[in-house]
Amino acid sequence: MSNDTNHHTDKHSGDVNYLNFEKGFMSWWMSIDHKRIGLMYLVSMIFFFAIGGLLALVVRTELMKRGQTIIDNDTYNMAFTLHGVIMIFLFIVPGVPATLGNFLLPLMIGAKDVAFPRLNRLSYWVYVFGSFFAFLAIYFKLDTGWTFYSPYSLRNAPAVMSATMAAFVLGFASILTGVNFLVTIHKMRAPGLTWDRLPLFVWATYATALLQVIATPIIGITLLLLFLENAFGIGVFRPDVGGDPVLFQHLFWFYSHPVVYIMILPAMGIVSEIIPVFSRKPIFGYKAIVWASVGIAAISFLVWGHHMFVSGMSDFVRYLFSFLTFFVAVPTAVKVFNWVATIYKGSVEFTSPMLYAMAFVFLFMIAGTTGIHLATLATDAHYHDTYFVVAHFHYTIQGGAVIGLYAGLHFWFPKIFGRMYNEKFAKIAFCLLFIGFNGTFLPQFVLGMMGMPRRYADYSTFSNVDTFEYLHFISTCFSYINALGYSLVLVNLGYGAVKGVKATANPYNSLGLEWQTPSPPPHDNFETIPVVTDWSYGYGEEYSDHDHNGNKKVVAKPA
Amino acid sequence: MLDWILEIFDFMPVEASSWASRVDYINNVITVISVFCTVAITFVMILFAWKYRRKSENQKTAYITHNATLETIWTIIPTIICFVLFYFGYTVYHEMRNPPVGANEVFVKGQTWYWDFQYANGKKSTGELVVPVGEPVKLIMTSADVLHSFFIPAMRVKEDMYNGNYSYLWFTPTSSGTFDIFCTEYCGTQHSGMTAKLKVVSKEAYNDWLNEKKDPSAEPVLPEVTGKAIYTAKCAACHSLDGSKVVGPSFKGIYSGAKHVLQDGTEVVVDDNYIRNSIANPLSQIVAGYPPVMPAFQLSEDELIGVISYMKTLK
Ligand code: HEC
Ligand SMILES: [Cu+2]
Ligand SMILES: [Cu+2]
Repeated sequence: MSNDTNHHTDKHSGDVNYLNFEKGFMSWWMSIDHKRIGLMYLVSMIFFFAIGGLLALVVRTELMKRGQTIIDNDTYNMAFTLHGVIMIFLFIVPGVPATLGNFLLPLMIGAKDVAFPRLNRLSYWVYVFGSFFAFLAIYFKLDTGWTFYSPYSLRNAPAVMSATMAAFVLGFASILTGVNFLVTIHKMRAPGLTWDRLPLFVWATYATALLQVIATPIIGITLLLLFLENAFGIGVFRPDVGGDPVLFQHLFWFYSHPVVYIMILPAMGIVSEIIPVFSRKPIFGYKAIVWASVGIAAISFLVWGHHMFVSGMSDFVRYLFSFLTFFVAVPTAVKVFNWVATIYKGSVEFTSPMLYAMAFVFLFMIAGTTGIHLATLATDAHYHDTYFVVAHFHYTIQGGAVIGLYAGLHFWFPKIFGRMYNEKFAKIAFCLLFIGFNGTFLPQFVLGMMGMPRRYADYSTFSNVDTFEYLHFISTCFSYINALGYSLVLVNLGYGAVKGVKATANPYNSLGLEWQTPSPPPHDNFETIPVVTDWSYGYGEEYSDHDHNGNKKVVAKPA
Repeated sequence: MLDWILEIFDFMPVEASSWASRVDYINNVITVISVFCTVAITFVMILFAWKYRRKSENQKTAYITHNATLETIWTIIPTIICFVLFYFGYTVYHEMRNPPVGANEVFVKGQTWYWDFQYANGKKSTGELVVPVGEPVKLIMTSADVLHSFFIPAMRVKEDMYNGNYSYLWFTPTSSGTFDIFCTEYCGTQHSGMTAKLKVVSKEAYNDWLNEKKDPSAEPVLPEVTGKAIYTAKCAACHSLDGSKVVGPSFKGIYSGAKHVLQDGTEVVVDDNYIRNSIANPLSQIVAGYPPVMPAFQLSEDELIGVISYMKTLK
């Protein structure tokens, strides 16, 4: 690869970067450096991801065979609840924005930090604080599923109050991140970085930040109402005191549907960055992708009712929500076409980030097209709350958001740690993960078609229990492979971060601004604020004299 | 040939209701379109990636940024597909939401963690719903406690039920047999044990079953008899049966389907939920031209069924 190893750092005092700039626990905990905050978020989230994953294995193991196998019903119910709560609220909702977003956003727009670095630190603190409420909910034996539907959840008020409190506090962490990113993107772009040159990951983060800021307060309102009901007996959600349980579902999904896009939009942004770099081609349909991101964010506020087609809404509203939901499919399809078109006539290098990105496109198509089964009223009546839904949203969240996050982690790994992971090992881990994931969830689509309800600890009373058991067995076996894949990925990345070979500033010859500074970046990101003269996707013939070391056409040059 | 393709990915349970085959047809069409698109696009993606794989470090690539025609086409086509699919889903679902008049009515009550059923003649059963083949059945459902959801995979129907409120679903079974009923709204420890069986039997067997008396002393009381007694004791002072206006409106022909105008100007068609609500929260829906003086009554589920069944006899 290139030999322009950190020609910036040469001028810089020795090998000082954001990682060794200061040392000791407090230097991290008190840090207002967006890179350190992103990294702390990453480590915390991976920790929760591991716990959530282990809980998933407990759930899968219990379902492997009919009857009670390893845990009783109550434990099972707590296990799937915790799996959901941890994976959603502690892992994937903060997700890409809090980790890669924090790390990359200022680098990608040529800024020294985010607009409000202290607010950013507060966001992380709030996140840590919020996670305690999640543990409090566990302590109170939360067993409601991550959706906390009333009135069941109100039977255990302390648990549901702590859980909503967790969602609320963690929501604040997202709001702080969102506000921060909005202002940063508006105000801190390097000279010349106009909106139409903005990298797509930044655009995706922008759309996500809008969602974070607008949708998250709803969970706060819900918490307030829950509190009023429990403390003063004011009827809000409980029918016996004149409340309406459906209202809870409306509020919950009015927040939680946009949250799905908080998870997935940044992952789409990552894919839009990776594919051009490894295809050496400009991203196809830049404008369309931008509009699709913003469009998806806007539509996401109008479709929450599709979670409630059988929840007692009036028929007309059901028809309306079904109709609106179909419109999410269009911008999503457009993005997929754009990614594929970007590869056309490129020069494709099959690195592990590229494999993850291509896997994302494939898995996300499965997620999207099965969403059509669920948006269609006649079929949703059958599929609602079955394993079909479980499989669908795991394809969206794991196949989409998580695979996207891992794509990004591999891609920006050299930038973050200044070292490389083992590429061969990364590919093996990827294969295990990919096979394990599909093997776990494809059978669950079949289970769902057959009518398997979700959140069932057992299925031994079913008429054709043999078929159900067979499919559950396959699903569980593959879930172990999936887990093995993730473990290998983490071992490989963990080892690479500490012991990997040193990475150059720009190992992929990317045109992105974040690559025009040493790896790992110095504390202040850039020695001088770069001046941008073009978008960062200018690969291709026009640039054929752009060689891999010297650049004839520079994207960023010192002011 | 087409059918064969459509059914490759069809893992739906037996089709035992009038619309099951249409639901499955829509489902299969969506699945086949989905699989086709996913496979085709993935194939193209891999093909491109392989064909244009990096062969040398200085390989030249094309500078293509967009293509308006192509982008318009691939925006419009998915939009059209979506409209069509929405429409198909809508038509069948519209039918699912509109039970025919004269359907056999069964009251369903879900509670942690079993199902109770009550039939027109007052007969009750638990954990087993018996219906005649070929006749529409309407389930009028409520919950004694938390949310439950009534799901019969073989009939392709599902609907949640709430405490203090009726929801409904209906279907026409087309083949006899025993089918699974599941609770699909999480309701606690035994949620997965909250199953029941649907028995679809011939008309004769159904009548025999309805009228069989295991224990002569436990002869089912006709719900309308219970209802009439309640009416006489609690409602007759204010509600007449002959159409005359006393304190409140008459119950004569209350289920005729005519629209009732409320004080705030909205119009309602009388249904089970309206009656239920008028009794439990009279002040929430006041009939235009009447004083808001009706007291709220706390009737048990059985009494409510009684009053409702009685009102339905008042032609
Ligand atoms: C004190 C008099 C009084 C008694 C007793 C009474 N009601 Fe009423 N009811 C009214 C009045 C007045 C209205 C019209 C205003 C309103 O809607 O509240 C009414 C309205 C209704 C309606 C709506 C009728 C329509 O045409 O839309 C129903 C149903 C009803 N009552 C059922 C009952 C039942 C069942 C009982 C006995 C359990 C009962 N009421 C007892 C006074 C009474
Ligand atoms: Cu949704
Ligand atoms: Cu249940």
